[in-house]
Amino acid sequence: MAKPPTRSLDINQQFGPHLAYAEGIRLDRGVEADRQVKTHCCFCGQQCGIQLRVKDNEVIGFEPWEEFPFNRGMLCPKGVKRYLQGAHPDRLTTALQRDSTASGGFRSMPYDAAIRHAAEAIGRIQSDHGHEAFAVLSGASLTTEKTYLMGKFARVCLRTPFIDYNGRLCMVSAGAANKKSFGIDRAANPWSDILGAEVVWISGANVAECAPIPTNYVWQAREQGAKIIVVDPRITPLARTCDLFLPVKPGRDVALFNGILHLMIEHDWLDHSFIEQHTVGFEPLAESVQSWTPARTAEATGIAERLIRQAAEWWGTASTSFLMHARGIEHHSHGVQNVLGAINIVLASGRIGRESCGYATITGQANGQGGREHGQKCDQLPGARDLANPEHRAHVAKVWGVSPEDLPQPGIDAYEIFRKIDRGEIRGLLSICFNPLVSLPDNNFVARMLDKLDFYVAIDFFLNDTAHHADIVLPGSLHEEDEGTVTQIEGRVIKINQAVDPPGDARQDWRIIQDLAAALGRPHGFTFQNPRAIFDELRQASKGGIADYSGITWEKIEKQHGVCWPCPSENHPGTPRLFEPGSHNPIANGSGPFYFPDGKARFNVAEYTPPTEEVDGDYPVILTTGRVVSHFLSGTQTRRIGPLVDQYPEPRIEIHPQLAARISIADGDWTTVTSRRGEVTLRAQVVKTIRPDTVFIPYHWAGAKSANRLTIAAQDPISKIPEYKVCAVRLSKASAAPQDAERFEIE
Amino acid sequence: MPVPHDYLFFIDPNRCIGCESCVQACSECDTHKGHSMIHLEFMNRRESPQSVPVVCMHCDSPTCAEVCPADAIKRTEDGVVQTARKPRCIACNNCVLACPFGVPKMNTREELMMKCDMCYDRTSEGKRPMCATVCPSQALFFGTQAEIDRLRPRSRAINDFQFGQQKIHTKVRMMVPHDAAIAHIDVVDAMCADMGEDDPMLSAAVCSLPIVSKT
Repeated sequence: MAKPPTRSLDINQQFGPHLAYAEGIRLDRGVEADRQVKTHCCFCGQQCGIQLRVKDNEVIGFEPWEEFPFNRGMLCPKGVKRYLQGAHPDRLTTALQRDSTASGGFRSMPYDAAIRHAAEAIGRIQSDHGHEAFAVLSGASLTTEKTYLMGKFARVCLRTPFIDYNGRLCMVSAGAANKKSFGIDRAANPWSDILGAEVVWISGANVAECAPIPTNYVWQAREQGAKIIVVDPRITPLARTCDLFLPVKPGRDVALFNGILHLMIEHDWLDHSFIEQHTVGFEPLAESVQSWTPARTAEATGIAERLIRQAAEWWGTASTSFLMHARGIEHHSHGVQNVLGAINIVLASGRIGRESCGYATITGQANGQGGREHGQKCDQLPGARDLANPEHRAHVAKVWGVSPEDLPQPGIDAYEIFRKIDRGEIRGLLSICFNPLVSLPDNNFVARMLDKLDFYVAIDFFLNDTAHHADIVLPGSLHEEDEGTVTQIEGRVIKINQAVDPPGDARQDWRIIQDLAAALGRPHGFTFQNPRAIFDELRQASKGGIADYSGITWEKIEKQHGVCWPCPSENHPGTPRLFEPGSHNPIANGSGPFYFPDGKARFNVAEYTPPTEEVDGDYPVILTTGRVVSHFLSGTQTRRIGPLVDQYPEPRIEIHPQLAARISIADGDWTTVTSRRGEVTLRAQVVKTIRPDTVFIPYHWAGAKSANRLTIAAQDPISKIPEYKVCAVRLSKASAAPQDAERFEIE
Repeated sequence: MPVPHDYLFFIDPNRCIGCESCVQACSECDTHKGHSMIHLEFMNRRESPQSVPVVCMHCDSPTCAEVCPADAIKRTEDGVVQTARKPRCIACNNCVLACPFGVPKMNTREELMMKCDMCYDRTSEGKRPMCATVCPSQALFFGTQAEIDRLRPRSRAINDFQFGQQKIHTKVRMMVPHDAAIAHIDVVDAMCADMGEDDPMLSAAVCSLPIVSKT
């Protein structure tokens, strides 16, 4: 029974979020740091280099790291203040066991006893109901070593097929489309290729707020004469000074890309020799976009026809370009189709695989790239290998010292795991680095499913909102308390360095997993002495795969400021730009630049289908969700950092004055947003920078402030990404502030 | 080793994304830890996400110093106007009211005027000012005139300003569009210029909010 042991407010009082500000030695001007540790930010996929200033066992501040080439000292406000997550009053320093009589609903328990208790519960569920009755949810903010270990732990120790990760909510539509088109799932270019582009096309990416550092790359390209095209339902800070802004209606991106391709064909803005030599499938695609005339495209997308023509002309006639997108086109029930549409206009232009000609999805999470390569995805093995492929199974089974037959078959996506809980097929859950109660759509359903579990064990450094439902909580490690590698937005493998030791009974996550394996009586393969040993095994497991890390060493990472995979041998420098003639490609083996046996990229017909939930008379407004600059994902960390909360304290509903006037809402009014799944009441922010048919709510908050109470659990049939970016809602002015509005989160 | 003398500070509001990284980083500086000396304003959030960061412009003839009855505000030889000297400052607020750029802040608890000193502690050790180092859009830039000319050919740097009858020459430069004739910076113009009733979301027009009035 995993129902929260007491009221949320009482849990919050004990476990936060409380707000940390600089105080004590962090504020004392006379205190000198003992040392500065070069590492990276703990938040997004840019993985900016940063130096942490350490005194005794506490991070007391930061110093920019100007030598690291990606960001050269630049940081967003989250990176600047991230050090305040350490030595935090909410930090878990002991294991916890639910106890409804204890203050806050949980009591401390000895670490070893908690491990034994968790192992016994896992063992009981698996012996009574089968190995498949226990599931694992993991995360893409973990180091690659940990994500590798999680995949191995699920398959080898727990012998369950049911592991998936929160990257399912993030880049999977891009990953699936990239594999379909290019045969490989990685940003194709280093960010330096943005600088020489004549046209930079940004679709569905609030670059300035969600990935701030590329802003300078984009502006610098513009200074050299590049045209910047931004496609978004909102005028984001980057869109404000772009050269062409296309205010797309949410959920219609593929229609726009098809319309652009239609115009490229009509005006013969195509690279015929590239299409002929390096691609297959252009003819059926060309036929499929015949009907996407500018008039039809304008009708579907809500963008003026002349702007569509202008964008097509700039894109079509450029000699260099860089196309980027992010969750804005990916979070859809046809997210893969949107991305295929984007890739089609890149391939038709022939502008990929050479300098200043680029394409990339902007990876969201810290290890969004590395975390999706080495086996914590439900269908994947290390090296971006497929769990369903017998050769791939044999290779990895050998490295792991098990029989290929003992490896489970592919499992299911993270949301489907909750549906299996509903059906009673999954009865126990372990989660790490994942806060589904905030981050999954239709999260009232998620809360009910957590309550149905027989046993739930969570590993985290703070008691996140989902862990309120846990039976046992194991105190894990903060980013700065462990070492290992992550792979950032450009496919560059970099090194995270440890600055401080975990406090109290808290442990590095990989130790906790190994302690569980030992307590389960299945320690084989889980006796690593340190993350480097895990990395060395990962190198072997990835060898020969597409995501080949076998030639990467920690020393080389340090020496080169990172190594871009694939890197098949120790004397190989890595591969910053994909698809160049002669670059390492174990699939094509010299027959061409792309990762298929014939070396050719695939055009794919990108089908337009409307969002799952269209607006209607009852729910007449489109809701779209996203992020703000001072918070990160489900807010487990940033909602505890005072200066970041001060910058954006509460979620607000962005609403156009026209729509606001129709329902008599003024700026700052409490406004209730209702969908078929739930409602929230928040203050309105009336701005002209959003389409009048659309409202926007950032999703970083929990409980009564959670945008995901409203969103729909529709998923892309291929990638299984949820449709966060479109659902239907109605709005009304609230008669009063919601109950506990002032104290719901912050005590 | 201090930074070379030809290193200058440039503000380029066209690039600002309102992320407040500068504000957050400023409060981490050792000389005034816990207090940010940067002002970052959203001009008119209803109309546009335009934001403008303001650091001290470090005037040649600083108005703040001229109006100080206690002679507490000093300008260094290399042109940096400093926070008020603590023993002298009488917390009268004259400087706060008089500064045409609205820079000085009164710290009432310490009874001290505080303002941006261009990270004197950092530049004297050869480091760039904190805000210009972290700024993700490089709206705040620290480097030489030659560098900025090469990196930003669309803009030019100005450091002469007129507020009513007062002409001001500053150490800090403001980047403005190359082809714009500059009369003077008028805050009211900048707030809603060229927007009027024209709603970009309805007309699908490109949104641009010039910071400098065009003549």
